[in-house]
Amino acid sequence: MFIPHTDSEREEMLKTIGAPSIESLFEGVPVKHRFPQLNLPPALSEMEVAAQLQELSQINESTRDLVCFLGAGAYNHYIPAAVDAILRRGEFYTAYTPYQPEVSQGTLQAIFEFQSLVANLTGMDVSNASHYDGATATAEAAVLAYHHFRGKRTRFIVSPAVNPQYRQVMRTYMDGYENLQVIGDGEPGDPLGAFEALTRMLDANTAMVVVQYPDFFGRVQDLSDLAAKVHAAGAILTVVINPTALALFKSPGEMGADIAVGEGQPLGIPLSYGGPYLGIFAAKKDYVRKIAGRLIGETVDQQGKRGYVLTLTAREQHIRREKATSNICTNQGLIALAATAYMSLLGKHGLRQVAELCYHKAHFLAEQINRIPGFSVDLTQPFFHEFIVKCPAPVGEINEYLLDNGILGGYDLSQDYPSLQTHMLLAVTEMNTREEIDLLCEVLKEYAND
Amino acid sequence: MTEPTIYELSAPGRIGVRFPHPDVPLADLPKNLIREELPLPELSELDVIRHFMHLSHLNYSIDGGFYPLGSCTMKYNPKINEETARLPGFAFTHPLQPEETVQGNLALMYELQEYLKEISGFGAVTLQPAAGAQGEFTGVMIIRAYHKSRGDVKRTKMLVPDSAHGTNPATSGMTGFEVVPIPSDARGNVDIEALKAACDDSVAGLMLTNPNTLGLFEEQVVEVNRIVHQAGGLVYGDGANLNALLGIARPGDLGLDIMHINLHKTFSTPHGGGGPGSGPVAVTSELQEFLPGPVVILLEEGSEEIPPLFGFHQPEQSIGRVKAFNGHFGMVVRAYTYISMHGADGLRKISEYAVLNANYLLARLRNTYKVTFDRTCMHEFVVEGVWNDAPDVHALDISKRLMDYNFHPPTNYFPLIVREALMIEPTETESKQTLDRFADVMLKIAEEAHAQPELLQGAPHITPVGRLDEVKAAKELVLCCWLPDEVRS
Repeated sequence: MFIPHTDSEREEMLKTIGAPSIESLFEGVPVKHRFPQLNLPPALSEMEVAAQLQELSQINESTRDLVCFLGAGAYNHYIPAAVDAILRRGEFYTAYTPYQPEVSQGTLQAIFEFQSLVANLTGMDVSNASHYDGATATAEAAVLAYHHFRGKRTRFIVSPAVNPQYRQVMRTYMDGYENLQVIGDGEPGDPLGAFEALTRMLDANTAMVVVQYPDFFGRVQDLSDLAAKVHAAGAILTVVINPTALALFKSPGEMGADIAVGEGQPLGIPLSYGGPYLGIFAAKKDYVRKIAGRLIGETVDQQGKRGYVLTLTAREQHIRREKATSNICTNQGLIALAATAYMSLLGKHGLRQVAELCYHKAHFLAEQINRIPGFSVDLTQPFFHEFIVKCPAPVGEINEYLLDNGILGGYDLSQDYPSLQTHMLLAVTEMNTREEIDLLCEVLKEYAND
Repeated sequence: MTEPTIYELSAPGRIGVRFPHPDVPLADLPKNLIREELPLPELSELDVIRHFMHLSHLNYSIDGGFYPLGSCTMKYNPKINEETARLPGFAFTHPLQPEETVQGNLALMYELQEYLKEISGFGAVTLQPAAGAQGEFTGVMIIRAYHKSRGDVKRTKMLVPDSAHGTNPATSGMTGFEVVPIPSDARGNVDIEALKAACDDSVAGLMLTNPNTLGLFEEQVVEVNRIVHQAGGLVYGDGANLNALLGIARPGDLGLDIMHINLHKTFSTPHGGGGPGSGPVAVTSELQEFLPGPVVILLEEGSEEIPPLFGFHQPEQSIGRVKAFNGHFGMVVRAYTYISMHGADGLRKISEYAVLNANYLLARLRNTYKVTFDRTCMHEFVVEGVWNDAPDVHALDISKRLMDYNFHPPTNYFPLIVREALMIEPTETESKQTLDRFADVMLKIAEEAHAQPELLQGAPHITPVGRLDEVKAAKELVLCCWLPDEVRS
C-alpha cells in the first residue's frame, strides 16, 4: 500500500544500520510505555473505506439535497469545473510551503497573482498570501493595530454588525494582551451597529474600529464619513469584506479603509462544513511591514530572469522567535490557488455578473416575503447576499417547517442578538433559481396561514 | 522559462465563464455605492487552464519526487483522501446547518476525536485549530486559562528548549509569556539540571517537542514532565514529530498534558503548497473544559434500530473560539480516511518504517557528513552541511545542488543548535531504491564540494530560475502585478 519495503529490503537495511530488528530502534523509549496496543477499528481496504465514507456522507442532507437559503458567513456559489481541475494537480497540492524558490515558482507566482487580485478587488495597495479564515484575519488586524501603536492605544471598537464568530475569535486572540478594551458590540445597545454610536466611542486611546461591509445583516453602507472620523481620531479602520460584493460595490480602499479582511470562501471554495476556507488580509502600504503571514515578492535571478520569493521573512517566527508578532507559518496555499483560479476564470465580467445575480435575486425574494402577512423586510436600505426578515414566530419553529418541505432556512439571529428574537437572516446567491424562490415564498405563506 | 502573469495574459472582452441571465425582475442599484472600475483580468477558460498547467510544471512536489524536508513529514498523500473529502454529502454541507441534518459529519468528527485520543493517550480532543501553529496557540492559551482558573496569577514564564521550532517562542510571546530557553545536554536531550534550576512557582509550563528537532527521543521525558509538574507547571507537547510515535509510545502516557497534532504531517493530508493544514489539540481529561468550543459529543447511544445522535458541546471554561465554524473539516475527512485504512497495526508500521528509513539514511551518510548528536534517531536526523577542508561550501549550497539531481533539499539551518544544519526526514513511504539514490547523490555532492566547490555555489543549474535576489525583493517590495496600462497609471 503506502509502505513499499519488501522483507528482504528491510533485512538489508537493518544490516546496514547494524540493528537486529526494527523493535531494537526504539530502545530509547521507556519500556513501560513502549508499544502500547491501540484500540482502533481493524484496517479497511481502499474499496471498503470508499464505501464506508460514501455511506457516512449520505447520512447528511447537503445543500444538494435541500434548497439552501442559509448564509451568515458561508455562501453556496457555483464553482466552475476548471477550478477543481487545477487544484487536483499533484504539483500544486503535494508541494510544501515554497521555502526553496527555485523549485516552487508555480506556487509562488500563483500566490503573487492572488495578492494582486485581492489588492485590486479590495482597493488596497497590498495583500498577504492569506490567513486561515475571515475570523482569524480579523483577529490578526487587531494584533497589527496593537503593535502599530506599540501597545499604547488599548481601545478596540467593534461593531455588533460584525460576524459574531469573528468577534469571538478576535477576543480570544486579544486575551493574550493585558488591559485591552474591546467595546462597541455589547448588549444593551443598537444591535445593528449604527456608525454614529461607534464614532461616539472614539477617543485618543482608540487603536482600531472594525466594521463589516456588507455587514453581517447584508446591509451595504457608505464608509467614507466613518473613515474620516476614525482617521481624525488617529485610529485604524478595518473593514470585514465579502469578496463577491466588491465586484458590484465600491471598494473599502476607495472609501478610506486602512485594512480589508474577510472570508474568501465565496471565491470558488466549497462549503465543506466550514473549512478549509480562506482568510483575506489586505492593507494600505503604510502597514506592509507589520502584516502577519506570508508575503510573496517579485525579484530576479542571477541571469536577470523574473522570479518570486517569500519576502520580508525577517518579521516571521522562524527568525524572530519570541519577538515575532504572530506564530503563523502557513497560509491557505491551495485555497488561495482556488480563489486565484476562480477570479481568473470569472474575471471582470463574470464576477460582476455573479454579484448582480445575487443582488437582484435577494431583492426579489425580499420583496415577495415582505408581502406575506406576518413577515416583514426593511427594503429602504440596500443589501447584498442576505437580509433580515422579521417573522411571526420563533425562527427555530419556522426553520423546522421549512426543513420538512426540503428547504434549509435562514440563520436564527436570536442566537447572538437577544433583541432580535424572531428575526431570520436569509441568503440568496446565483444558485437560487426563480422556482426555489417561489417555493420558499409558497411554504412561508402556508406557514403564515396555518 | 518564465510564465506571464494572468494580468499580462488578459485581453479586454474575453470571458472564461458565462452565467445564466437573471430569472427575476431587476432591482434598482444604489448608484452612489456602485463600483466603476473592477481591475480584474479577462481570460478564456483555456487561457486559465494553460496558465496554471504551466505554473504547476515549475513546482517540485511529493508526486514528482523525494522530499526529505525535516520536521515536515512529506509522506505520500493517498489519492482516495481527495475522493472522500469531495463526496457531495460532505463537500456541500453548510457549516450552520441544523445538527439533525449533518449527523454524518458529526459522527465522522466524533470518531476522529476518539481515534486521536486513543493514538495520543489523552482524554479529550478539539478539531477546531486550523494549523499546527494555531494548535500551539490554543494549547498555550489553555495553560494560561488553567492557572488563571486556580487563581494562580504569578506564573509568567514559559520554558522552551533551545532546539525548539520557532513557533514555540513566538506562540509564548503572542500569549504574553516570558520565554526562558532551556539548553540541551551532550546527548541532545533537555538538560535536566538546567530545567530543575529554571523551575519555580513562576513557571506556567514547558513546551516540549518529542522526538525533538534533532530527531532524537527525549530519553528523560518522564522525568522532565515530573519536574515541571512538581513546580506546578503544565507540559505542552509540540506534535510536529508524531509520525515517529504511532503505536510506539503515547505522549499522554509519558506525562504530557496538552499536545497539538498536525493532520497534514502525520495523517497524510496534503500540504497544498503551504496550507491548509489542520492542528487538532489533545488534552488530559482534567483540561477538557478549557478547550475551544464547540466539540462534538455523543448525545444518545444508538441501538440496532436507532442510529446514535451526535451534537455540539460548549466546554464550560473554554478559552473561546480560535476559528470560525467547525475547523478544517475537509482535512478531517482525509485524516479519518487514512486512519481507517491503517488500524492499530498499520499505524505502528508507519512509525516503524519511518524510523527504519531515517536510520538507514543516517547509516549511509554518517561517515561523510558530521552528525553532531550521533545516536539511534527516530523519524529524522540532523547532519552538518559543512566541512573544515571545504570551508567555502555551506549547507545552502548542498541544498541547491540537490535540485540539480532532482531531489528536494532537506530543511536547512534548523535546528539552530547544529552548525549549518541539514535536517533530513525521509518518511515511511519512500522505498530503499529512492533512499539509495539520494544517499549516492549526497555522497557525490560531498566529493564535488571538495573538488569543484563552484558547482555547488552556482547551483541550481537546471531549475526554471536560478538563485533569486532576496535583498532586491525585500527592498523594492513588488507585491502585486497590475493590468498593463489600465490601472494605477
